[in-house]
Amino acid sequence: MAVLKVLVIDDEPGIRSGVTRILRDFHVTYPFMDEDYTFEVLQAPTGEDGITMIENDKPDIILLDNKLPGIQGVDVLEYVRERKYDIVVAMITSYASLDVAIRATRDGATDFIPKPFTPQELKSSIENISKQLYLRKVTNKMKEEGKKIRYQFLSVLSHELKAPLNAIEGYLRMMQEKQSGERIDDYAPVIDRSLQRIQGMRNLIMDLLDFTKIRLERKEEKIQEVDLEEVARNAIVTVQPYAIQMDVNINLDVRGDSKLMADPEDMEIIFNNLVSNAVKYNKFGGRAEIIIDSTDTEVLLVFSDTGIGISDADRENLFREFMRVKNERTKNISGSGLGLSIVRKVIELYHGTIKVDSTPEMGSVFTVHLPRKQVTIP
Amino acid sequence: MKKSDYTILVADDDPDYLFQTVFSLEKAGYKTVSVESQAEAESVIAKFRPDLAIFDLMMESDDSGFILCYKLKKKYPDVPVILATAVSRETGMSFSLDTDKDKSWIRADRYLEKGIRAEQLDQEVMKLLKL
Repeated sequence: MAVLKVLVIDDEPGIRSGVTRILRDFHVTYPFMDEDYTFEVLQAPTGEDGITMIENDKPDIILLDNKLPGIQGVDVLEYVRERKYDIVVAMITSYASLDVAIRATRDGATDFIPKPFTPQELKSSIENISKQLYLRKVTNKMKEEGKKIRYQFLSVLSHELKAPLNAIEGYLRMMQEKQSGERIDDYAPVIDRSLQRIQGMRNLIMDLLDFTKIRLERKEEKIQEVDLEEVARNAIVTVQPYAIQMDVNINLDVRGDSKLMADPEDMEIIFNNLVSNAVKYNKFGGRAEIIIDSTDTEVLLVFSDTGIGISDADRENLFREFMRVKNERTKNISGSGLGLSIVRKVIELYHGTIKVDSTPEMGSVFTVHLPRKQVTIP
Repeated sequence: MKKSDYTILVADDDPDYLFQTVFSLEKAGYKTVSVESQAEAESVIAKFRPDLAIFDLMMESDDSGFILCYKLKKKYPDVPVILATAVSRETGMSFSLDTDKDKSWIRADRYLEKGIRAEQLDQEVMKLLKL
């Protein structure tokens, strides 16, 4: 038997005592839970009092009214989120305001309880929240055991893999039902699009392989002297067909010793991704420049382009998995959203750094520092 | 009124899904206006009243579809909206329109999982347009 502390922050005494009464004898149990939950209810009439009790009593669940006499419910929510407290917050809201709901959801509220609520409504919300808390606990335990669940990663991945399948399935149905006509030629655009989606999916799978390789392979035996100038030239050759279409001119400038001890495949990942991005996200008739420079202690790589640039907001998440900048200018550019996260991981393996400077509409500059002294790689 | 008297606004950032939805709606006889982003949808709504709207949930931002539902209902309270998405379960953002609670803040009339067959979609649209 475990006790969950529920803090009710509401200026209406009736709500506070109601919650206390309803939850007094309530307990939650599930077939897959190895313990029952019962509830201890704490009460706060204002947001300020609530924050004091959050600090002193460390509740597990907060039932939060948005309209409070002093600071508002969303402020309390923000307080909890900023401190990264492991507390589930449910908003009690008497009026259905989507603005508040969206803001609250963004700030980490997990549930909404309409006001007034019936005892059953409150109980079912509390039941859901307890289940969440339980799953969270199990997840934390698994993390400690080293079985890190990449839930977010897998869920986004399954979406990215399902989207092209759905598209292709839809097109095949159109053909099966002969929706566009009797002749195969009637379906030429449909077939083209299907092939493009398959190609996109294949790219994603290739990127995924790179991604897992970084984590799984032992590197030591693969470390050898790599000439980055050669790697850069190969990357340029690979992207050339696309560069010709886009009329993008790629220039390579080697200013220092371009040799480095590394796994050649890792260097290919860095160059292929950054050079192809410099072309893909460029403008028609633009330029891309690669500089390789070197000191005794490190190799410096600069990839600059005259492309569409990246806004400050997008730049923050740029190296995250499945991050794709979505806007009018990028909607026709295909990508897996994994490239830059892979690049960053590779660079970190070599104890290097990558940073990006960018001005929207003007272009972006990716700067990579790779230290020369890094013979041992995990 | 005939189906061809109705104009349906469709917003989806997946060009293939957009194409397929529009294709099946037009084949069923409706007129359509298609847009590929929340921003475009908003500018269409600003100057045009569709008879029904179908919004993808995740476009520029994760809640584009919710925001569009809200804005459309604010301007045209009686225009039915379908929220279409393939991501509800995968993202852990679970919702449906079965409970009053969800209905109270998701301003959509129907919530549909993507990949729906053309005839099904037509039926849902007919129901909402009371045809």
